[in-house]
Amino acid sequence: MSYEEGIFYVVAAVTVLGALGVVLSRNVIHSALFLIVSLLAVAGVFILLAAEFLAIVQVLVYGGAVTILILFAMMLTRVRDMPRALTGPQWPLAALAGSMIGGISIAAVLGTEWPGETNEAGQAIEVTVIPIEKIGHDLFTVWAVPFEIASLVLIVALLGAIILARGEEGE
Amino acid sequence: MIPIDNFLVLSSILFGIGMYGVLARRSALLIIMSVELMLQAVSINFVAFALYLHPEAFTGLVFAIFVIVIAAAEVGLALAIVLRLYRNRQTANVDEADSLKW
Repeated sequence: MSYEEGIFYVVAAVTVLGALGVVLSRNVIHSALFLIVSLLAVAGVFILLAAEFLAIVQVLVYGGAVTILILFAMMLTRVRDMPRALTGPQWPLAALAGSMIGGISIAAVLGTEWPGETNEAGQAIEVTVIPIEKIGHDLFTVWAVPFEIASLVLIVALLGAIILARGEEGE
Repeated sequence: MIPIDNFLVLSSILFGIGMYGVLARRSALLIIMSVELMLQAVSINFVAFALYLHPEAFTGLVFAIFVIVIAAAEVGLALAIVLRLYRNRQTANVDEADSLKW
């Protein structure tokens, strides 16, 4: 086992344990903190996948903004008013559905022939790190239209969130 | 180089856990967090395929960036809706938001 694989197993274990903490924890705040752990570990997975830019974006957007937003929402919705039983009576069915989806997906992954670690000539394939300049260049040329649409979506979501959260006039 | 199976199995596990969270939890905030986990699983898949199957095109990487953008918009909007729900009904429990049911 290469050292890369060792790091991968550590990061994957942190990701999965954090995710289990999110869905099993009895405390909402603990769930949010487990979510931060899991998302940062996913940033580590992105680094192992040679996507440094994505890892940085992940830490900034998810580790920072999204989790803080969720914690703010918890503060505003008064966590102590939350139902004592956070998990509904349907949880056995949910566990069945989740494990079935995961199991089928794992079976499909393991049953598929993926391109191996060596190419036809038998040499080990080197990981190609994509430079950030190339990503930026392609984002503004090849992907310009989706990029603009994404910014439009962000604006609309921002305005919608403001209007929804502000409430009606004179309230 | 780590075999691609490892990443895909990890993302499958993450997706399954997220799905369990979405279906089992009662609080809207916890459901949103579980949805985030599922989106993360999809992002890992995109990046893994981008690196292993078509490293010269990196389409999956760009897709993962868009997934993050859309997820940020989604969280902002969903939390605003949760706040609205809380203000109208004094609860963030999705079981109690049942005015569409007779």
